[in-house]
Amino acid sequence: MIESSGGPAGAAPPDAAPSVAAPPGGPDADLVAGLVRLAPRGGPVTVLKQSTGSPRMDSGAGVVVVRVGDVVVKAHPEGTPEADLRVRLDLAGRLPGLMLAPLGVERLGARIVTIWPAGEPLTPAHLEDGDDRAPWAEGARLLARLHARPLPPGLPAAGGPARLARAVAALDGHRDVPPAIRAAYWTLPWSGAEHRPVPPGLAAGAELRATLVHGDWHLGQLVRIGAAWTLIDPDDLGHGDPAWDLARPAAWFAAGLLATTAWDRFLGAYLAAGGGAVSRDDPWRELDLPARALTVQLAATAVATARRAGRPLDDSTRALVSSCARILATARV
Amino acid sequence: MQCPKCRGNMRTFDRNGIHIEQCDNCRGIFLDYGELETLTRLESQWAQQQYAPPPAHGAPAWGAPHHGHHHHHHERSWVGMLFSS
Repeated sequence: MIESSGGPAGAAPPDAAPSVAAPPGGPDADLVAGLVRLAPRGGPVTVLKQSTGSPRMDSGAGVVVVRVGDVVVKAHPEGTPEADLRVRLDLAGRLPGLMLAPLGVERLGARIVTIWPAGEPLTPAHLEDGDDRAPWAEGARLLARLHARPLPPGLPAAGGPARLARAVAALDGHRDVPPAIRAAYWTLPWSGAEHRPVPPGLAAGAELRATLVHGDWHLGQLVRIGAAWTLIDPDDLGHGDPAWDLARPAAWFAAGLLATTAWDRFLGAYLAAGGGAVSRDDPWRELDLPARALTVQLAATAVATARRAGRPLDDSTRALVSSCARILATARV
Repeated sequence: MQCPKCRGNMRTFDRNGIHIEQCDNCRGIFLDYGELETLTRLESQWAQQQYAPPPAHGAPAWGAPHHGHHHHHHERSWVGMLFSS
């Protein structure tokens, strides 16, 4: 039996994105059936993720993830550069205890499909008592170890900056986009704007510090295998500024969303584990710009999601939009 | 009761367990024994709720003020955001 999980990555409600949702029995159902056939053994089937974002650009659009018994089968978006993905998967296979190693790589029509051991994911249900209860320290220690690994040759750039550009591009065509989001984006060194108020030297310094970077870290990128937490999803793994991996929690903290105690625990555990992305005396020296970038990305993604679903902006989204306005005000000084 | 300052009429109010006399004429307030201490204690409790200790690692110039209270009102949308790309 195929059923959709109620998790964060579960199938969208029927009223979401009517223009792009697959019709019943359409290509997505065929895709899910194809993924189930690629699993080495049978077992109960659960659709873990079936993103219905605009196929053009939305982050993670077109990803379908199905659990079959004790494996997870993931269809990558069409158009994923195969050579880059294979280098990333190969590296993930050589980081035991740090990143989950793939069991196999297959092809299904135009899509690359990867097969993984099923771990116990962290889910929103684990956080019903508040964000303080999340394994912030465990995630931070994994990132510190990842950033300390040698950079293998031939690894592509980490996917963070490309995600930022995609998230802002996904606002195109939506009405009532708060202007602060795009305006804050154009103050950032990654926007390609000619005259930006932020000193470009800061971004250049970050390239000098390039390390191995996860590229898309959030709490959904942690699974537990036995007793140990491990990182998953090497799709954005690459070389880059390691501060980008800390920038999403940093953006949440700066927006007033993430509790100070949780943020302190995350950053404190990262520094205590020898993490080198930020300086001990002033972590915001390195965090400031990537956290601005992630604030814009998170605000853009949240607004595009709300507009597609025809929903008003929720409190978290409005907090991020307020952050964009403050970023703009700071950049103008 | 007469106001000790202007001899106006004092009116009695009870607010959160504190007994206050206020003069209708000069608006002066008369506190009973121990009530100033009670007010001071309530004020410091309120201040502790409003001002969390500063973050150990600083904050950016564009950061929102943190008040140390939990964001129960947007718990659901916030927790969902913790897990999405």
